[in-house]
Amino acid sequence: MVMTTHEEKMRTVRFRVAATPHIVVDSEVCRDSGCSLRACVYVCPANLFVPLDDGGILFNYEQCFECGTCYIACNQEGAIRWSYPDGGYGVTFRES
Amino acid sequence: MSAATASESFDVIVVGAGPAGSTAALLCARAGLQVLLLERGEYPGAKNVSGAAFYGSAILNELIPNWWEQAPVERYICRRDIAFMSPTTSVALDFHCAGEGYTTPPYNGFIVLRPRFDRWLAAQAEAAGAFLLTSTVVDDVLRENGRVVGVRVRREQGDIRGKVVIACDGVNSFLAKKVGLQREFHAHELSLGVKEVLGLDPTIIEDRFRLSGDEGIAYEYLGAITEDVHGGAFLYTNRDSLSLGVIGQVSSLVERRKRPYELLERFKAHPAVAPLVRGAKLREYSAHLIPESGWSMKPTLYTDGMLVAGDAAGFCLAAGLYLEGMNYAMQSGLAAAETAIEACRRDRFSARALSGYRKHLKRRNVSTDFRAYRHAPAFVNSARLQNLYPEVVASGMEQLFRVDGKAKRKILPLARQMMRQYQLKPGDMLRDGYQVVRAYLW
Ligand SMILES: Cc1cc2nc3c(=O)[nH]c(=O)nc-3n(C[C@H](O)[C@H](O)[C@H](O)COP(=O)(O)OP(=O)(O)OC[C@H]3O[C@@H](n4cnc5c(N)ncnc54)[C@H](O)[C@@H]3O)c2cc1C
Ligand code: SF4
Ligand code: SF4
Repeated sequence: MVMTTHEEKMRTVRFRVAATPHIVVDSEVCRDSGCSLRACVYVCPANLFVPLDDGGILFNYEQCFECGTCYIACNQEGAIRWSYPDGGYGVTFRES
Repeated sequence: MSAATASESFDVIVVGAGPAGSTAALLCARAGLQVLLLERGEYPGAKNVSGAAFYGSAILNELIPNWWEQAPVERYICRRDIAFMSPTTSVALDFHCAGEGYTTPPYNGFIVLRPRFDRWLAAQAEAAGAFLLTSTVVDDVLRENGRVVGVRVRREQGDIRGKVVIACDGVNSFLAKKVGLQREFHAHELSLGVKEVLGLDPTIIEDRFRLSGDEGIAYEYLGAITEDVHGGAFLYTNRDSLSLGVIGQVSSLVERRKRPYELLERFKAHPAVAPLVRGAKLREYSAHLIPESGWSMKPTLYTDGMLVAGDAAGFCLAAGLYLEGMNYAMQSGLAAAETAIEACRRDRFSARALSGYRKHLKRRNVSTDFRAYRHAPAFVNSARLQNLYPEVVASGMEQLFRVDGKAKRKILPLARQMMRQYQLKPGDMLRDGYQVVRAYLW
């Protein structure tokens, strides 16, 4: 099909998940800074940032494209610790 | 990595096996240098995303004559279509060229798929004698007395020494930032591209797009396609699939609270696009950043023992009519390689010894092109230029062609009405006109 949901899109992508996360979101910083922008929630092409009612963020690194958009978009110093996964791990594009 | 490799010292260490890195490694290896090419992906191209309309055929042809005969290319580009969109209408400029060099070697451009193309290109560097190490992340450079003398990879005994390090690590360019050559970027300087590859039978592609044999077409879309997000969209024909995507400036995605993959769905549903993608089946979804601000994102290009090339140096021309990064990545990769080769010959690696990089970038038309187009990124920052005017043109045409028994209106009164409808001010339009002229005309 041409039109697809985000879940259907993500199912086409191959990930080799590393044991340790390459991106860590400090939910306390999100909450304590009262970040109202919540840029990460909108821009992440993998939709990995889930806003919590208490102002925090639930994040899972496993299906990440390693694009860097979240750390560019987040303007709260220290909320996102970002690095690349270990060599050979993470996303592996086959077609793009 | 074997202990032998770790203790060995290289003449040149290239970080990143994208078009910049593999081209640089290839040229250095051909000059007889000991070259190490490091890539964090499982294979070169595993992390990389482009449209991809590759306009570096002539450049690559100098290195590998008739390269397209052996490389994994999809189709050569003999047609380009630039469409201005309103939500319901599209007005397109259809460029079809069967002239010398478009449908004949060396071909003006090819549509490629990066995981395949990059893998092939890196293999050419290997064949020339470069040592390729995949699944290897470079975390930092090694420094002695302020000079870069190698890299630190995330492995046991991961320090590797090299006389020159060429950072071709792409748009996020952590190495250039670590060494202090590059600053942190702002959200308005980068765009996010989301892309899909949709499988479609080759005969359907050829019939639908009026292509024969290996011909291909590249569509570029401006206007209402990204709604109020500064950006655009593209659609390219592969052999048995379509590549299509939407590009949006990060800051404006945030401001408008738009999710990129929802824009992608809306793009496919546009009445001018839907018939082109009908019946195609999603094979892969992907995303990647694009450096959009050209000249103003240019880092300090070299320091003692290190050079920066490709996207890492901001050498990506992304503005309105253009999205060309792979060709400039290669051209700057070659310029960096030429500089490294000279440095190795003279056995001098200070910033001063590497300053010839400027000259090589100029000779390869990189710095000259980016200087000439230094005002073009204004496009990306202007909603009017990138989204509003194209939409106004499309809806204007819609009215111009409408036949409904009412009095026909001539263009001038219609233009006045459009200006009112879209709240366009003559002053802004004059300024914008000047920007376009300055960006593209002289
Ligand atoms: C959606 C989209 C569409 C595009 N369309 C086009 C197009 O049609 N035509 C065009 O010419 N350009 C296009 N571009 C731009 C083009 O993709 C880039 O300009 C080009 O890829 C830059 O090449 P590069 O070699 O400098 O960097 P990259 O291709 O990004 O390569 C960098 C390499 O370095 C590796 N790497 C990064 N960090 C490390 C590290 N620390 N350790 C080890 N390895 C590392 C990466 O895995 C990668 O292989 C597009 C870009 C996007 C996102
Ligand atoms: S990660 Fe950044 S943008 Fe997202 S909620 Fe936290 S502070 Fe806000
Ligand atoms: S790097 Fe990209 S895909 Fe990964 S979490 Fe950040 S925005 Fe999402």
